[in-house]
Amino acid sequence: MSDENLPAFDGLEVGQVVATRDVKITRDTLVRYAGASGDFNPIHYNDVFAQSVGLPGVIAHGMFTMGTAASVVEEWSGPGNVVDYQARFTRPIEVPNPGAATATVTAKVGALDPELRTARIDVTVEVDGARVLGKAQAIVTCA
Amino acid sequence: MPVNTDAVGRSYGPHEPYEVTRVKIREFAEAVDARSFAHIDPDGALADGYDDVVAPTTFAVVIAQQAEFHVVVDPEVGVDFSKVVHADERFTHHRPIVAGDVISTTVHIDAITQRAGISMVTTRSELADADGAPVATVLSTLAVREDA
Repeated sequence: MSDENLPAFDGLEVGQVVATRDVKITRDTLVRYAGASGDFNPIHYNDVFAQSVGLPGVIAHGMFTMGTAASVVEEWSGPGNVVDYQARFTRPIEVPNPGAATATVTAKVGALDPELRTARIDVTVEVDGARVLGKAQAIVTCA
Repeated sequence: MPVNTDAVGRSYGPHEPYEVTRVKIREFAEAVDARSFAHIDPDGALADGYDDVVAPTTFAVVIAQQAEFHVVVDPEVGVDFSKVVHADERFTHHRPIVAGDVISTTVHIDAITQRAGISMVTTRSELADADGAPVATVLSTLAVREDA
């Protein structure tokens, strides 16, 4: 963390939405993430392979979804200020071709610790009204 | 063949250190749509109090997954990668990762639980810098189907 860019603790309230973003996900998005992350599992770009292992088609990397959701938190918190971040991958995001899936990310204050001056940010990611991450929580150091 | 629960407690590495570069941080930031200048502009990152461009929150997965690979390919653990689904992930940052870091990672098998034909394999990757100081802890659970 860096003291120069910490978000303000005072004024935060539980339930407050600190950031939100609609994320458009296409096959291009997944290929870009595969290259950047080094995760080349073919279920993320090859329909024939994905169907051979029982999936309806190509799905997004869980870590793409988790990472992109973190970017929404960081838009509020500043970079480098998330000290702990966890999520469960509860539902895959199918990514059509052609076309796009749209994920709605909402970052909300879930809890405040006045002694440590940290905020727990609860993150929801929804596709077609269904949540795709479980217990997605980020702990952010505040000033 | 099911996953071998006797593998709990095994550790792997550190293997070859991972050198964090500005180019890789930028590439990862663009891939997860992390928009801060501090991921791409060294001067801006300095003004924000960092030694160099700073990595997005989940960048450590790039390093951790390389280390976890040693678990997946260990025949004595017995993970069939074609039957693996990622179940959960957790990052604890002891300090932010910045360009120029040289990271050595040791991965531990913390738990293997089996229920209803699925093995849950939890690994813990400990990332340390060139001085041996802790940088990040990455917990990852893979769900491995046992069906034929």
